[in-house]
Amino acid sequence: MNAPEALLKTPLTALKVRLGGKMVPFAGYEMPVQFPEGVMKEHLHTRAHAGLFDVSHMGQIRLRPRSGRMEDAALALERLMPVDVLGLKPGRQRYGLLTNDAGGILDDLMFANRGDHFFIVVNAACKALDIAHIREGLADDCEVDEWSDRALMALQGPQAEAALAALVPSVADMAFMDVAEVRLIGVDCVVSRSGYTGEDGYEISVPASRAVDLAEALLADGRVHPIGLGARDSLRLEAGLCLYGADITVATTPVEAGLEWAVQKARRTGGARAGGFPGAGPILKQMAEGAGRRRVGLLPEGRAPVRAGAQLFETEISSQAIGAVSSGGFGPTTGAPVAMGYAPTSHAASGTRLFADLRGGRIPVRVAGMPFITPGYKRT
Amino acid sequence: MLKFTEDHEWLRVQDEVATVGITQHAVEQLGDLVFVELPKIGAVLGRGDAAATVESVKAASEVYCPLDGEIVAVNDAISGDPSLVNADPEGQGWFFRLKLADPNAVARLLDKDAYDKLVG
Repeated sequence: MNAPEALLKTPLTALKVRLGGKMVPFAGYEMPVQFPEGVMKEHLHTRAHAGLFDVSHMGQIRLRPRSGRMEDAALALERLMPVDVLGLKPGRQRYGLLTNDAGGILDDLMFANRGDHFFIVVNAACKALDIAHIREGLADDCEVDEWSDRALMALQGPQAEAALAALVPSVADMAFMDVAEVRLIGVDCVVSRSGYTGEDGYEISVPASRAVDLAEALLADGRVHPIGLGARDSLRLEAGLCLYGADITVATTPVEAGLEWAVQKARRTGGARAGGFPGAGPILKQMAEGAGRRRVGLLPEGRAPVRAGAQLFETEISSQAIGAVSSGGFGPTTGAPVAMGYAPTSHAASGTRLFADLRGGRIPVRVAGMPFITPGYKRT
Repeated sequence: MLKFTEDHEWLRVQDEVATVGITQHAVEQLGDLVFVELPKIGAVLGRGDAAATVESVKAASEVYCPLDGEIVAVNDAISGDPSLVNADPEGQGWFFRLKLADPNAVARLLDKDAYDKLVG
């Protein structure tokens, strides 16, 4: 384990230690894998009530058009992502992907149109590279500013709305993927109705100096429990959401990853602004012809979890692996092991029976649609 | 007689049969268990052999055979409900019973004070 002094802290680290968080190194930060309640109960509590996650290790970036015209910033950002940025209305948020020339995924992110700038949240492990990449690509058109004196927390679960509305009633009127500036405990926060658990909920960007006050205000509501990274991972896995570095990497394309929905019509062949992003050649070709492999959901038979790295086989005895599990574990809500991985497109149909390596043996796994749970997003 | 290993197993020894499980400390380190694979009754195992596999929400781990012997009973209740191990690791959450090849070998294991010092 790294020396603790080498790890970065978030504005909420001391509070999490005080709450009994079991701290581990994650993406260079000292983060709680779980609280005293434990991963299983934290997961189930989030699905039934509400959980509070510190995600301040993630990168928060603001992008301002030098011209003052948002369409210039939008078109600039479209040079880095196969995503319709121009079509995103003020007050709305969207999922995005940074791609490379080979069509691989450099990172996945959330971006929001804040009226006069874009607000972007990127993965912790990628943030330094992302910021350099965005600066290199957009510096002529945009000011790129890492918003580092901020904390970011996610409040997730069916009672997230009631818990946050107890502080400011107006948040109840937000719909899934709305984003707004909201005054919470006397300080202006950027609140989006989104998250990464499959549940309804919010992500809240708050000045670092008030992060503990806000977290304590939310945790004072008995419905809200602190949740660690262990449950964050099992929640997103059950929801079928990709973990960057595992389910999507520079070696996977958006089409292989089954993320075609993130490439809106405007950027596809025949669209108003088709192509013009890194890897447009290979990505648009795969959009038209399909890719050779595909990310699929996997349900192992029995109770034993099948984890990332396990190889997939066509039969119980075949020696040549045809794919691999990219993430897997036990789903506390489904009450069974769940996984996702890459399989040849010929073996990617729901119901296909494959076999996964497990401690030298083979166990049957069934290709299944995702999410594994019914999401609670408030689409109105 | 209650004994412990450095691999965080406990043994309750009566005559030449030891009931074996994993310690409270081990359970706290592992987190919530979701899967337990037990040895087969009749298996003859050596000290240090992998006897059982546990999967927690975080990772898989082996439970080692603490001494040479033969498996004479297993606790099927924990394969059906692995959370029993978390709830009562040194009681209802026992793993297997081992008929010891050499009951005197028990003397080499840690007593409670030595184990508590190890994990303290």
